[in-house]
Amino acid sequence: MESFALLIAATFNAGTVLAIAALGLLINEKSGIVNLGAEGMMLCAAIAGFAAVVHTGNDWVGFAAGMAAGAGMAALFGVLVIWLNTNQYATGLALSLFGAGFSAFVGVKYVQEKLPARPSYAIPGLADIPFIGPALFKQHPLAYIGIALALAIIWFLFKTRAGLVLRSVGESPESAHSLGYPVRRIRLLAVMFGGAMCGLSGAYLSIIYTPLWVEGMVSGKGWIALALTTFATWRPLRVLFGAYLFGGVTMMQFHLQSQGVDIPSQFLSMAPYLATIVVLALISRNPAWIRINMPASVGKPFYPGS
Amino acid sequence: MSEAAPTLRLEVKNVTKRYPSVVANSDVNLRVAPGEIHAVLGENGAGKSTLMKIIYGAVKPDIGEVLLDGKQSKIRNPQEARALGISMVFQHFSLFETVTVAENIWLGLDKSLTLANVREQTVRKAKIYGLDVEPDRPVHSLSVGERQRVEIVRALLTDPKVLILDEPTSVLTPQAVRKLFVTLRQLAADGCSVLYISHKLDEIRELCTNCTVLRGGKVTGHVDPRNESNASLSRLMIGAEPPKLQHREVKTGAIGLQAKGLSIVADDPFGVTLDNINFEVRTGEIVGVAGVSGNGQQEFLAALSGESTRAPSGSISLFGNDISKRNPRVRRAGGLHFVPEERLGRGAVPTLSLAANTLLSRASEVVGKPPLSWVSPKATASLAADIIKRFHVKAGGPSAEAKSLSGGNLQKYIVGREISANPKVLIVSQPTWGVDVGAAAQIRGELLKLRDEGCALLVVSEELDELFEVCDRMHVIAKGRLSPSINTADATVEKIGEWMSGLWEVSHAL
Amino acid sequence: MFKLEPRPQASKFWGIGSPLLALIITVIIGIAIFMLMGKDPVKGLLVFFWEPIKSGYALSELAVKATPLLLIALGLAVCFRSNVWNIGAEGQFVLGAVTAGGVALLADKTTGPWIIPLILIAGVLGGMLWAGIVALLRDRFNASEILVSLMLVYVAELVLSYMVYGPWKDPNGFNFPQSKNFEKVTQIPKLFDGTRMNVGLLIALFGVVGMWIFMFRTYGGFQLQVGGLAPAAAKYAGFSSRRALWTALLVSGGMAGLAGALEVAGPIGQLTPYVPAGYGFAAIIVAFVGRLNPIGIVFSAILMSMFYIGGELAQSRLGLPKSLTGVFQGLLLFTLLACDTLIAYRIKFSKSAGGK
Repeated sequence: MESFALLIAATFNAGTVLAIAALGLLINEKSGIVNLGAEGMMLCAAIAGFAAVVHTGNDWVGFAAGMAAGAGMAALFGVLVIWLNTNQYATGLALSLFGAGFSAFVGVKYVQEKLPARPSYAIPGLADIPFIGPALFKQHPLAYIGIALALAIIWFLFKTRAGLVLRSVGESPESAHSLGYPVRRIRLLAVMFGGAMCGLSGAYLSIIYTPLWVEGMVSGKGWIALALTTFATWRPLRVLFGAYLFGGVTMMQFHLQSQGVDIPSQFLSMAPYLATIVVLALISRNPAWIRINMPASVGKPFYPGS
Repeated sequence: MSEAAPTLRLEVKNVTKRYPSVVANSDVNLRVAPGEIHAVLGENGAGKSTLMKIIYGAVKPDIGEVLLDGKQSKIRNPQEARALGISMVFQHFSLFETVTVAENIWLGLDKSLTLANVREQTVRKAKIYGLDVEPDRPVHSLSVGERQRVEIVRALLTDPKVLILDEPTSVLTPQAVRKLFVTLRQLAADGCSVLYISHKLDEIRELCTNCTVLRGGKVTGHVDPRNESNASLSRLMIGAEPPKLQHREVKTGAIGLQAKGLSIVADDPFGVTLDNINFEVRTGEIVGVAGVSGNGQQEFLAALSGESTRAPSGSISLFGNDISKRNPRVRRAGGLHFVPEERLGRGAVPTLSLAANTLLSRASEVVGKPPLSWVSPKATASLAADIIKRFHVKAGGPSAEAKSLSGGNLQKYIVGREISANPKVLIVSQPTWGVDVGAAAQIRGELLKLRDEGCALLVVSEELDELFEVCDRMHVIAKGRLSPSINTADATVEKIGEWMSGLWEVSHAL
Repeated sequence: MFKLEPRPQASKFWGIGSPLLALIITVIIGIAIFMLMGKDPVKGLLVFFWEPIKSGYALSELAVKATPLLLIALGLAVCFRSNVWNIGAEGQFVLGAVTAGGVALLADKTTGPWIIPLILIAGVLGGMLWAGIVALLRDRFNASEILVSLMLVYVAELVLSYMVYGPWKDPNGFNFPQSKNFEKVTQIPKLFDGTRMNVGLLIALFGVVGMWIFMFRTYGGFQLQVGGLAPAAAKYAGFSSRRALWTALLVSGGMAGLAGALEVAGPIGQLTPYVPAGYGFAAIIVAFVGRLNPIGIVFSAILMSMFYIGGELAQSRLGLPKSLTGVFQGLLLFTLLACDTLIAYRIKFSKSAGGK
């Protein structure tokens, strides 16, 4: 029972990494732009956050550094894609490749570094409840912020005018432009929000989840987060649910490995990647599901012409 | 009369706007009095749209100024234009499919209002002007006419002093046009000035009290259209009277293209389902298909061209052979050619040369034998050069990129590419959409010539005038169903208009 | 403020000028990085741009690195021109290496040189299999080829890891995770003694010519390109998008798998967890910088392999991290994409911010 509670706690923790990044990318994509640079932004944010904690000893400075790194890289991507009209896929890919190289380059000095002792995050009172306490109430505050983020995004997208504008820009930038909305600035903000959330997620990974810096440590989580927005057909609650599901898949393989199950560890490690492929195929096979919620202009260039 | 008004509502003074390849507006002047319905007449490319965008703040003029109520207006963007009382209804609507009518209207208004507020005002305003809109429906479920009403209500909610309508009737049935005119006259009577952009002479003469004519970016006349004839307006618009087409009596022959019980369920949530479509086209005749866009034309054409092969077996035949499941290349080999409505991106690849673009539909003539299927640049270039010459296409030669041609010239090239393949059956969608008058006349002439040579032609168009001009018989498509055919000689605009609303059973019974 | 003004025709000048300008900008940023790291920028530049070409041997090493990049990038160019976003060439490369390695491990003292074609074919089939999964899922389930191909990179690396930690581990290898060294007969024939250049280079150059002919002189190549440039036009013409998808993925998967086979049966000579060297990702950059044109790709593959060698030298001589290579590669693609704007647009500077 105790170990099951710990598995839930670990799932919650792992799901948070994916949830924060994927929720950011959801806003990003709602504006009509896909940023394949998620992996690169998370890597750079992971090292930026880690380095900041090493130098200042303050986790929150680390998160801020991670968010700044993610948002900064996203801004670069945004300027290229939105103002210079470069191909979204190629540019995002460039960001991922650059991020992988750059984070490794900067991170060399930090490979051996250790962070100060991690405090306990147990919530007094609640954490002592049997089973539920250790399963749910010993998490870092960001784990709860992840849930709040999903709720806030639902409220923003479907209850506010600004959210309506964002959805409209993603559906038809031409129409939004002809009504006089600053389409490009709105898209840049959405892209930067996506970058900041990927950054927060990357920093969480290196500061709380692991916590250390290893080259290439994001190991595909940025790509899985990108896939999550599609699985969830761009619905925030489904993103959250999907993130925990994938967190669970990741944790399950560690759990099985530690239980000494007689399956080679490599096959267990494949689980999250194979699960991504399978779920992606299952969800995508019905084009109508995707089509109804997909921001119609996603991936297509827009340049306000003459 | 309008010219008696003391101050003008809107005045455009000496406006010039240059683009890299063209002068869109050259020293244009426009004077609109309060409560006046003022036409801006000109053919495609005359500079109407640019002028409207300048008034609406979407484009900045190089020289000149816009005065509103006698004061110089410094409008920098559409939002400021709306705040000052200038509203616009776009030809291609600026609506969002996935959100509701009320939310769409909200997006076009100031931030200060709440959604509930907007919803209530929408209902009220719609009632005053007899515009039937349901605020809670998502836009993708609306017909084109309903969408236009949403746009108009949105414009009216800003209480405009000037309302601009860009080619508003191109998407309406003749009956809906009548209703629109009633609304516009009521608006004008309430003191709002209406700028009515169109190239349709009859409508302008019926509705407008004043008219400014543009040609090649310059003003060629200020007239009262009620005192003009179609011929005199046409002279101002294109510098000549529209060329007359030669119709010759031709005997029809075998059935070229036929559909029997063609039904296809839409596979796209925003698509149209085709329901039991039956028709035939014989050699030596032109059959037209009228209808408001979005009534299944796309799905219908895709099934006939082979771009979609979802038609049930036996539902489409070409000279008696079942082609329902055949791809476009097989159909082409059987003599069926097709001119799609989108020129760039479908009829031609924008970034490839005209020579390379011959390979889309003429590959059988310029490609070597498989397995290598060698493409000879010489052969494609000489075919392209032939088309350019025969159809008087203005282009920088076979190596010019398709996107470098003007709309009219590219359309001539694509139509020419299909006609010079000597098709036995030719399907043409929107043959003259966005094409200038001269090119349109040339294209229509070519279609008639092809008919006289014994080709079977099917023309799908939203322009009724065009169908009446070239077709021998007509069908109407509405909500995925196809009406029976009617001889053009027996058809009237009113009757076709009724059919466009899907009411052919009723009028048949009468 | 500046405005972009669409050109009526794509600029031929900037088609070639843009990669050069991108390279110049990358070099300038590179100089800044050297200076920030307290290194002599002249030395840094020499390491990247002079050392790799200064001698016959250096040139041969350049060719060794350029060969896999060239092969993979040629395949990717077909993909990208068909608008099929295969970004998992690294996985196809690794799986090709695994299948080729499997065949190579079958060889013993009595095996003849006929094993070499078998090794290469096994590599091609391995790469095609991996890319075929992507095509199948895209075709049948409409699953994004970007995500599937990328996920399969991780899976392929784990397959390799399993093989070298498990069934194929060298029993006499002191428990290192690597296979035994392949038999000498499996060695891809070398071009010159004393270098590591092998027949793979000739195959790659042959591929350049073949690819050029296929893309620009055959109807099949034209059909793929139309599918990439204007899908609606391809549909109108009657070109099968499914066929394009499968062709593009199988060709690029096969090329990547071939590169993997040439790598393990050539310079490496055994299977180790270090087979994935990022060639599959670098080749994406090679393909773009080479304008998706086989001739251009020759030059960009050489440039990219200079980056590889330069990175290694920077580590050993200047004490800079080897990952500098990745930084420069990413930067180059980034600046290239920005510079490519000049091909389709003219930049006009204006004082007014209006109308934007």
